[in-house]
Amino acid sequence: MFYREAGQFKPTYDADSAIFPIRQDRIAMLIILGIAYVAIPLFASPYIFSAIMIPFLIGTLAAIGLNILTGYCGQLSLGTAAFMAVGAFASYNFMLRVPGMPILLAFAGGGLMAAGVGILFGLPSLRIRGFYLAVATLAAQFFILWFLSKVGWVSNYSSSGVITAQKIVILGYAFDTPPAKYLLVLSIVVVMALAAKNMARGNVGRSWMAVRDMDVAAEVIGIRLMRAKLLAFAVSSFYCGVAGALFAYAFLGTVEPEAYSLDLSFRILFMVIIGGVGTVLGSFLGAAFVTLLPVLLSVSVRFLDSSIGLHIPESAISNLELMVFGGLIIFFLIVEPHGLARLWQIGKEKLRLWPFPH
Amino acid sequence: MRQSETPLQSTTSSERNVGDVMLKLDNISLAFGGVKALTDISFDVREREIRAIIGPNGAGKSSMLNVINGVYRPQHGTIAFRGSVRHDMNTHDAAAHGIARTFQNIALFRGMSVLDNIMTGRNLKMKANFLEQAIWYGRARREEFANRLKVEEVIDFLEIQHIRKTPVGRLPYGLQKRVELARALAAEPSLLLLDEPMAGMNVEEKQDMCRFILDVNEQYGTTIVLIEHDMGVVMDISDRVVVLDYGKKIGDGSPDEIRSNQAVIDAYLGVAH
Amino acid sequence: MSFFLEVLIGGLLSGVMYSLVALGFVLIYKASGVFNFAQGAMVFFAALTFVGLLEKGLPFWLALPATLVVMVVLALVIERVVLRPLVNQPQITLFMATIGLAFFIEGLAQLIWGANVRGLDLGLQDEPLQWVSDQWGMSISKFDLAAAGVAAVLVTSLALFFNRTRIGRALRAVADDHQAALAVGIPLQQIWAIVWAVAGAVALVAGLLWGARNGVQFALTFVALKALPVLILGGFESIPGAIVGGLIIGATEKLAEVYLGPFVGGGIEGWFPYVLALAFLLIRPEGLFGEKIIRRI
Repeated sequence: MFYREAGQFKPTYDADSAIFPIRQDRIAMLIILGIAYVAIPLFASPYIFSAIMIPFLIGTLAAIGLNILTGYCGQLSLGTAAFMAVGAFASYNFMLRVPGMPILLAFAGGGLMAAGVGILFGLPSLRIRGFYLAVATLAAQFFILWFLSKVGWVSNYSSSGVITAQKIVILGYAFDTPPAKYLLVLSIVVVMALAAKNMARGNVGRSWMAVRDMDVAAEVIGIRLMRAKLLAFAVSSFYCGVAGALFAYAFLGTVEPEAYSLDLSFRILFMVIIGGVGTVLGSFLGAAFVTLLPVLLSVSVRFLDSSIGLHIPESAISNLELMVFGGLIIFFLIVEPHGLARLWQIGKEKLRLWPFPH
Repeated sequence: MRQSETPLQSTTSSERNVGDVMLKLDNISLAFGGVKALTDISFDVREREIRAIIGPNGAGKSSMLNVINGVYRPQHGTIAFRGSVRHDMNTHDAAAHGIARTFQNIALFRGMSVLDNIMTGRNLKMKANFLEQAIWYGRARREEFANRLKVEEVIDFLEIQHIRKTPVGRLPYGLQKRVELARALAAEPSLLLLDEPMAGMNVEEKQDMCRFILDVNEQYGTTIVLIEHDMGVVMDISDRVVVLDYGKKIGDGSPDEIRSNQAVIDAYLGVAH
Repeated sequence: MSFFLEVLIGGLLSGVMYSLVALGFVLIYKASGVFNFAQGAMVFFAALTFVGLLEKGLPFWLALPATLVVMVVLALVIERVVLRPLVNQPQITLFMATIGLAFFIEGLAQLIWGANVRGLDLGLQDEPLQWVSDQWGMSISKFDLAAAGVAAVLVTSLALFFNRTRIGRALRAVADDHQAALAVGIPLQQIWAIVWAVAGAVALVAGLLWGARNGVQFALTFVALKALPVLILGGFESIPGAIVGGLIIGATEKLAEVYLGPFVGGGIEGWFPYVLALAFLLIRPEGLFGEKIIRRI
């Protein structure tokens, strides 16, 4: 009843290919942005910023990056965290060694560094496919982390191996409170998500999907495989690099290799699978899911404890988390391989007909 | 249902204004390890004509198309396309020179809609780089809509408006073939290679496809090389026919000449040779 | 020279252990076309269950078959819950499902048995063979030799099983084409259950050997990741390939660490096998023993 499209015509191609073609969607988006930019900073506690919103946003950005590579272009990657680490360390070094470097530029520089490394480790994709490529990305993951911990120059010869990230100061204003960091991260993510969506609906996105679906046919219609694949690696790694820099500067406060372990690569992969492979919306939904699940688990454990006296030890919670993630991956792959994004779409279609059944 | 029910009218070569030699293949030989797919094949294709390649299964017809469009590199022989001679062609150059094709087993991009699939056919016409596309406003946006206009013309031409947003995986076989043709046409090719465009279709669908092929040739002047098993279709619409058998050329001429060629008859009737 | 030999032999022997894990992968891939990322988790689960049962007071000779039963049950459950609903899905989907499975099994194992590191005593000490040290001045571990022996027996029997028996032939048929195998009456689900159970048993052997060597701890799952370069070298479908690949990876890993490591600060064991496999893939994308993939268009 409320979600009717009746009367909404799309007389131009512009209107037809818009990101939010339906008026109700546009209104919903404005409301969400309003909540994100106004309501949350006003009403949320520091805990919500630091433990939920900021990791959710950073996760989204990394998931978009991985989605570009794996979802749109079909090149499976298990090395996401390594590219994030490159972004973080590169940003740190830019801030450290270039006097007066604006921090946003340092983040972009970190992204570009990550993009370069991404292209390097993406070169094998021209010969290797499928899970062989996944193993190649594992090489990236292990080698890069080793490199970042062994080569002293990268961490400024710090003896403990843990470096404190510099403060975020833009145009004299220090972003050091949780709400400030949140708004900064939010803005970066919104801009980059928009850019990703534009690329996805444009020629480059179609070329990537063509390479994913049938690379021989893509070649025949004139798409250069090498260029498309390396571009996917580059753009994807740029996104992961910026996400990694934000992870260090806006969340952890430190720049350390251990934070970018294989475990993080898997977390991002889970966000992509659960959220929906090959969609920007899926990146948001998957990141929300993966970020919220541990919180939900510990809340329910505490609830069970207080309500029916069922005591589950702390150690069990992290194992339960593993089990639930693993189980959900399998569940989604069986039931809805296109993830939460497809479920969302199905929901919207049902909403169109509501209150009628068909 | 097609609006016109008139029987197929095939224009003759003279009406079709067939021009000079566009594509010339000389002594093409192709082998995979010990298997000789093509042995010493030579023939030419003229501008604006409809050339059929026929032959029993395994004769090397698809391999021939693959050589023309750069998917396979022949070990011997030369390909001359509009004057420029080369030993082989790579797929990108073939596409850039205006050669487009369809495949025997449909090679559509299953993850995308009909419209997106056809738009990929325009990829060589789009010049905006990825950064411009990320920003969208400006050249990328203008280009996208200019190309969309062309694609919509092809969609109208092939009468697939009603399915433009459908994911191709959901379409029936006949419509998928039509979408594949649309993608090839979207590139505005000068040479169109069709690999069994009517395989698996019923009579009505075949008539539609024939009509489309003839229309493409008449309206856009596109040269067509087509592999087809349906002899009725081949005899009706083609100007000249090449016959392959076991990788060798056993016949080359007009449909009437081929029809009465003893070697061809033997090949199809399976006389030991 | 004898130091080189010592490192080499030590590497080869640890390579044998990698082969054991790779063997589980190959079995499953050969028979169902599934790349089982959860093999490492299965190794971990098997080892943990074994020591857990020992801790509970079961004697060695009971704990072993009990763990074997557990692994078989696990295999049956996996076949029913994960594999059957995903029949005919693309390989990449199955691969991601096994990633999920890996996480699930790891969580389950630690949930049931706890996450403490445990030692595992198989009655064999990790000491050098006395007479070898006396004769040639090299230290070669008794344990490693015994492990190599066990692996050799296992591999030979599996190879024979696959190539000489009727069930083995059925397994190869299934790996080639699920539908065709079904069409000739091969019971797909039973076959898969058998294969995963055998892979579980292999995981148990690998788990016991690795657990005895390095202790039973979560890091055991990373050993499984090392099996991936082994598979790349040896091909995903070849049992002898898993052995040869394992030997190469084990040897080169140790040699690289000892001879190249000091120049770059050490710790290259962590990534060297992967980079080696990567370089190898660039030259020969299908591995030493793998089959060339031909795509028709």
